Amino acid sequence: MQDYFSLFHLPEKFDLHRAALEAAYRNVQAQVHPDRFAHRSEAERRVAMQWATHANEAYRALRNPVERARYLLARRGMEIDAERNTAMSHAFLMQQMAWREAVEEAAGNASALQRLEQDLQRDEGVMLDDLQHALDDANDLAASAELVRRLMFMEKLRSEIDDALAVLDN
Amino acid sequence: MALLQLSEPGESTAPHQHRLAVGIDLGTTNSLVATVRHSLPECLPDDTGRILLPSVVRYLRGGATVVGTEALAAESTDPRNTIASVKRLMGRGPVDADPGMRARYDLVDAAGMVRINTVIGPRSPVEVSAEILKVLRARAEESLGGDLIGAVITVPAYFDDAQRQATKDAARLAGLNVLRLLNEPTAAAIAYGLDEAAEGIYAVFDLGGGTFDFSILRLSRGVFEVMATSGDSALGGDDFDELLAHWLHKQAAGADLDCGANRALLSEARRAKEALTTDASVVAKVPQLGGGVRTVNVTAEVFQSLTQGLVERCLQPVKKALRDAVLKVADIEAVVLVGGATRMPHLRAAVKTFFGRAPFTDIDPDKVVAIGAAVQANVLAGNRRADEDWLLLDVIPLSLGLETMGGLVEKIVPRNATIPVAKAQEFTTFKDGQTAMSIHVVQGERELVSDCRSLARFELRGIPPLVAGAARIRVTFQIDADGLLSVAAREQTTGIEANVTVKPSYGLSDDEVANMLKAGFEHATDDMKARALREQKVDAERLIEATRQALAEDADLLSLAEAQRIDTAIAALVVAREGVDHLVIKAAIEVLSAATADFAARRMDKAIRTALTGSRVDSL
Repeated sequence: MQDYFSLFHLPEKFDLHRAALEAAYRNVQAQVHPDRFAHRSEAERRVAMQWATHANEAYRALRNPVERARYLLARRGMEIDAERNTAMSHAFLMQQMAWREAVEEAAGNASALQRLEQDLQRDEGVMLDDLQHALDDANDLAASAELVRRLMFMEKLRSEIDDALAVLDN
Repeated sequence: MALLQLSEPGESTAPHQHRLAVGIDLGTTNSLVATVRHSLPECLPDDTGRILLPSVVRYLRGGATVVGTEALAAESTDPRNTIASVKRLMGRGPVDADPGMRARYDLVDAAGMVRINTVIGPRSPVEVSAEILKVLRARAEESLGGDLIGAVITVPAYFDDAQRQATKDAARLAGLNVLRLLNEPTAAAIAYGLDEAAEGIYAVFDLGGGTFDFSILRLSRGVFEVMATSGDSALGGDDFDELLAHWLHKQAAGADLDCGANRALLSEARRAKEALTTDASVVAKVPQLGGGVRTVNVTAEVFQSLTQGLVERCLQPVKKALRDAVLKVADIEAVVLVGGATRMPHLRAAVKTFFGRAPFTDIDPDKVVAIGAAVQANVLAGNRRADEDWLLLDVIPLSLGLETMGGLVEKIVPRNATIPVAKAQEFTTFKDGQTAMSIHVVQGERELVSDCRSLARFELRGIPPLVAGAARIRVTFQIDADGLLSVAAREQTTGIEANVTVKPSYGLSDDEVANMLKAGFEHATDDMKARALREQKVDAERLIEATRQALAEDADLLSLAEAQRIDTAIAALVVAREGVDHLVIKAAIEVLSAATADFAARRMDKAIRTALTGSRVDSL
């Protein structure tokens, strides 16, 4: 099976236009989706399922910026070992603690949680810009890897905020 | 050009031959069948003109079965042998069988799925459902005048793996080739979307007799993309009937009812509920023990306040799906109502209030699912018109997880992932020389295994004996386009294919289904042979046609020797097809399938390579 970028005929870069990815994904699914082969032979149906599965996996990975960065890094020989390698700068660790405290304080308060979520999103935006530079321009794998680990933390924190908001919703 | 000769004299099928395919809505309360004829979808009536077939099966002493309206009429006189709402038991085990069904029928706990004790012995929900499907199949074949190439059967989007598998087994028992299991709200979206050429984000609110589904879809440039789905597979119109029945009984201050009177009470409650759709009040005749009735007046207000809790229960999954799709109410273009139970005015009002706009109800909520399924079946059967270029991307409704230490669940495929989807996971041994291990797959969103639904336990056997931690077993969990799970395992260091023994926690084993098929034909061996022969002929026809089409398109992908091998296999199957032995045809089909396996893979490679080049880009 082809790598995710070749599958969609897209340049292997972090910078990626969402619309181009979406169009390419739909185009590939239009060729390979099992629904196109439901009346064909079993061999063709099996191959279609494998390709459609591959296309879904590729789309899911490239759509999410952090996943996309991890994939690019893996292809350049740098695996993000998130569980074991938690080395992050002192400043970011302090920032993490501050955020965690803020989430705990905001628990039960929807507007405070939403404000916090916006702050996180803004900071994530800055990190993503840095990540694009590190990957596409500088090819600085170590710096990219650290940014990815930071962004993974941010994602986790944001899903915790989402969970807290969901509880308030019910 | 030996290849071209193949599709010449006598053998060729007409290039645009219409293949007969149907969509079937196998509902809790009613079932129906629809098809596309002359480019238009239509529901097929029985010979008295009725489209809806009540999903009721009555077993008679002596072995005969009665399905539909006639069975429904016997509900209160022969309640134990007259099975209604069997969908609520599909894929259900002893612990999670619906309590209402438990009270109504003589349920027997059996491995995999409950059985219903009837006058002719225990029947599985799969067999009962198959009786309904058989009637619809016969209706379709009679009215279309030929054998069906296949059917799309709809299932609630929120059905789990066991419930889906049970539905597919029922179709198999009924002699139907399942082209696809299609989610009911998605079917409704197809029916609406193609009608209105709609673009944007749509919500489908589907309250049937026994299940509730809520799906959010994005329609754009011919692609139906399900963004999120949620629901409650044990909430439906039946629950409204039960609450009203309970209230009526209390008002009439009668003694406890027997089984037959209870069923009469339930159907009276249903009648009252339906009348309240248009009337402000209705007089219900509440059956009494030992015969006779007492009249009770029910107003719409009373019914509303009785069932307000159920209406609110519907809104929880709605909120969950919106959160999952990261959408707000304002992002929803329109809401489509599906299912007979959405006729209730207070439910409509609640949906309207929540979404801030009146829902779509243009297509009859009882028929819209079957119509969507028929449209999909027509396309899947290969009857797609040149201008009909749409694609459906559906999702898995519930997360798939594995049991880890301490009874916790590790999620491997998240809910709302687009199907087909696969996940590979690596396992290792924890003891020296360990040659087997077991893996427990569950479905659900909770963190504890005990709170999720157990799907299957897999035994991996034949692991090469190595020191602890040295063996690396890669297990692939594949969910196909029907939302059904399959598992494969391979030991990585030695490349040995580990043996996977699947023990489904629910459902029937392949052997059980085979036995049921056989039992169904015990008294009619000739009939069975005739059917097997017809089925193999249809399969042979389909394969020959598909292969010829593939050859016509991509013969250049084959070496001369390969092309000759396929040639020979086609010729052999053409001869075998004319014979009377279904086993000979089956063998010839297998030879041709094997001969074309590589060809299929190469064709797909080519399709991908050209996917983004040439004129095809413009067509999307």
